[in-house]
Amino acid sequence: MEDKEKKPKRKIVPNKTKMPEQPPLERVKNFKEVPLGYSEDQAVEEATRCIQCKNRPCIEGCPVEIDIPDFIALIAERKFVEAARKMKEKNALPAVCGRVCPQEVQCESKCTLGKKNEPVAIGRLERFIADWERENKMVQTPSRPAPRGKKVAVVGSGPAGLTVAADLAKLGFGVTIFEALHKAGGVLVYGIPEFRLPKAIVQAEVDYVKSLGAELVTNAVIGNLYTIPELFNNGYDAVFIGIGAGGPMFMDIPGENLNGVYSANEFLTRSNLMKAYLFPEYDTPIKRSRNVAVVGGGNVAMDSARTALRLGADAVYLVYRRSREEMPARAEEVHHAEEEGLIFKFLTNPIRIVGDEKGNVKGMECLRMELGEPDASGRRRPIAVKGSEFIIDIDTLIMSLGTNANPLLPQSTPGLALNKWGYIVADEENAATSLQGVYAGGDIVTGGATVILAMGAGRKAAREIAKYLS
Amino acid sequence: MFKIVEKKVLGQDIKLFKIEAPDISKKAKPGMFVIVKIGEKGERIPLTINDFDPQKGTVTIVFQEVGKTTMMLGRLKGGDVIEDLVGPLGKPTEIENFGKVVCVGGGVGTAVIYPVTRGLFQAGNQIIGIVGARNKDLLIFEEEMKDFCHRLIITTDDGSKGHHGLVTDVLKQILAEEKIDRVIAIGPTIMMKFVVKTTQPFGIPTIVSLNSIMIDATGMCGVCRVNVGNETKFACVHGPEFDGHKVDFDLLMSRLNQYKEEEKIALTTL
Ligand SMILES: Cc1cc2nc3c(=O)[nH]c(=O)nc-3n(C[C@H](O)[C@H](O)[C@H](O)COP(=O)(O)OP(=O)(O)OC[C@H]3O[C@@H](n4cnc5c(N)ncnc54)[C@H](O)[C@@H]3O)c2cc1C
Ligand SMILES: Cc1cc2nc3c(=O)[nH]c(=O)nc-3n(C[C@H](O)[C@H](O)[C@H](O)COP(=O)(O)OP(=O)(O)OC[C@H]3O[C@@H](n4cnc5c(N)ncnc54)[C@H](O)[C@@H]3O)c2cc1C
Ligand code: SF4
Ligand code: SF4
Ligand code: FES
Repeated sequence: MEDKEKKPKRKIVPNKTKMPEQPPLERVKNFKEVPLGYSEDQAVEEATRCIQCKNRPCIEGCPVEIDIPDFIALIAERKFVEAARKMKEKNALPAVCGRVCPQEVQCESKCTLGKKNEPVAIGRLERFIADWERENKMVQTPSRPAPRGKKVAVVGSGPAGLTVAADLAKLGFGVTIFEALHKAGGVLVYGIPEFRLPKAIVQAEVDYVKSLGAELVTNAVIGNLYTIPELFNNGYDAVFIGIGAGGPMFMDIPGENLNGVYSANEFLTRSNLMKAYLFPEYDTPIKRSRNVAVVGGGNVAMDSARTALRLGADAVYLVYRRSREEMPARAEEVHHAEEEGLIFKFLTNPIRIVGDEKGNVKGMECLRMELGEPDASGRRRPIAVKGSEFIIDIDTLIMSLGTNANPLLPQSTPGLALNKWGYIVADEENAATSLQGVYAGGDIVTGGATVILAMGAGRKAAREIAKYLS
Repeated sequence: MFKIVEKKVLGQDIKLFKIEAPDISKKAKPGMFVIVKIGEKGERIPLTINDFDPQKGTVTIVFQEVGKTTMMLGRLKGGDVIEDLVGPLGKPTEIENFGKVVCVGGGVGTAVIYPVTRGLFQAGNQIIGIVGARNKDLLIFEEEMKDFCHRLIITTDDGSKGHHGLVTDVLKQILAEEKIDRVIAIGPTIMMKFVVKTTQPFGIPTIVSLNSIMIDATGMCGVCRVNVGNETKFACVHGPEFDGHKVDFDLLMSRLNQYKEEEKIALTTL
């Protein structure tokens, strides 16, 4: 690193500007967003912490390479409109990323300030500027370039698909997004809960992509309604597949089909997409249970547990077979969940689900575990303690064990190469699949990953598709 | 938005809609279904495609009003629109020339088995139809079924028309008298369970269409899981038709009761 940067002119402010939050006891009673966002003054204060490093290490940490120091400098100068425009050059969904990116392992992990102090709150600033632009109605649609006379079909409207659509529409390609569900957004609408990502924000981002000229067709299950070869016959010149990794996983233990056992996908889809937390105002029901167990240790498990708490459960247990240190969930989410009253049952592994005479779940038998030697993933392998069986009394169980590839579309696409787990094989650099003119990216290629990685893959694919069609 | 171009009342609580859905009509096959959602606050419910006309670009659904969503659907009129219609979903019926096939339809299931019967007839099978209902007012698709059955037997629980008794009575008699190559049964879960029990001793392949609760119907949520041959399957993508001899019907019935209390609450908001 250059010498100059070690001696910044300004005095370093060691900690991030605090962002106000709903207090835990209040927020577990509602589905409103937990962190409330920065005010203009707070944002400027935080932006001023950035020392504008010459070598801009933070950008390397961002999969879509946002010009982080530039937009932060504009915020510091109170040039909010310009800051928003700067960010949108690289990221079509900033209000989403500012909220759900794991910044601590991405942009913020590379921030120079983070070496000795807290890094600049890049995510919070990103969220601020996107919210500011939307709330002040300053969202501007770039002028549409002359049409190129070529059409691209985008399958799936998650972050990968939305990014491809936005980038190609901006270049003048005709774009149609086909989405299986009745709402666009992918996991952003059906998986991530309202209290982490308000659906009105996802809708605004989808509307923005549409305003660029992309057409959205919902209720279109590709593979059934049209196959990929049919899309080419219908006049599309290239296809992008961004269908996510939507299949639920179960443990294959006795009792898993009892009433009251949900996959995290079902539980979250009912609550988020179908708004079952507002039942009976909305028609889709969800069980309001007293004692809930969630099996798993990732972000999806945290989202399920925090949703169950908000639905009014007396006790929600998180059952995880390793210890706190091995949990893949973001530290911030674990912290939020703990504040809200989630009870952790570490080193605990379910072996059987117990039902009553009506077929409803009433308990879960578990074994205690110990940590042994590290396994292939580098995490210490949990080993069952003999004779340690015990039962947790529950009336709802949510299985949050990860997801797998949904075979519906691949099965209907002859010649599309898949790996042994059923994910689509696509070149990491150019997103090309085994079929000419067919590109793929996001969770259906990588397995469950992150919003920003899916967007990064979408960006690359858009670049390649544009090349392919020129 | 999908326009209802025709509405018919077929019997007590049973209604038929012909809906404008050109793309779905082109891909529909017997045994496939659609997901219907009315309005922003509605739930997603599965209904079988009873008929499809790729020339006119329509699909037909027939449904019985059993709860809030089907009752709200029943209130729609010709010319109204349905906000969301997704399909065609599920695996189509396996259709080939099996030989002699018995098609058993119970209640509103008769509307569901109608396109299957027609498909099997057109594939050259000898068809015996058995159509059952609680009483003669609930009998539907009798005339249409006649066109595609070499023989059609009607049963009613109360004897108001045809054979007085259950579809399984008639089925048992047929199985005892002639060689049957395949049985297909679609109707209330309890009926399908007993049809399967009836054919089991004869070892005749028996196909049933499972009506589990569904949400996305694309294999994403797992709510529709059923136990077939001791394996968990998703009715929406692996089915809805399965080998009846392998189905755990008691589990299916228990799972269908999951939201009984909520369904009652929903009705109070109608
Ligand atoms: C509960 C939950 C919480 C998460 N939290 C975070 C987080 O905090 N931060 C983070 O970075 N990541 C998070 N993730 C991961 C992140 O959401 C995903 O990595 C990302 O959404 C993947 O994007 P995608 O575009 O590949 O697919 P998806 O978002 O899965 O979108 C795929 C879309 O394709 C549609 N589709 C599927 N099949 C078809 C078909 N045949 N025809 C038409 N459409 C089809 C689907 O309906 C869906 O809308 C979370 C995931 C979950 C489930
Ligand atoms: C693949 C498939 C195809 C179907 N095709 C047809 C069809 O062509 N015509 C038709 O009338 N119905 C059909 N059904 C059943 C239909 O989906 C349900 O009747 C409907 O979801 C009930 O919704 P509701 O809100 O009106 O009633 P609810 O309030 O949800 O339920 C009222 C009563 O109906 C029962 N019920 C709930 N869901 C189902 C279900 N999926 N199947 C059977 N009973 C249920 C409940 O146990 C309850 O007793 C089909 C179901 C599946 C899975
Ligand atoms: S998109 Fe994500 S990784 Fe990139 S700067 Fe924003 S918060 Fe950081
Ligand atoms: S590394 Fe941190 S301090 Fe340096 S420019 Fe990036 S955000 Fe600012
Ligand atoms: S309905 Fe969701 S997986 Fe079948």
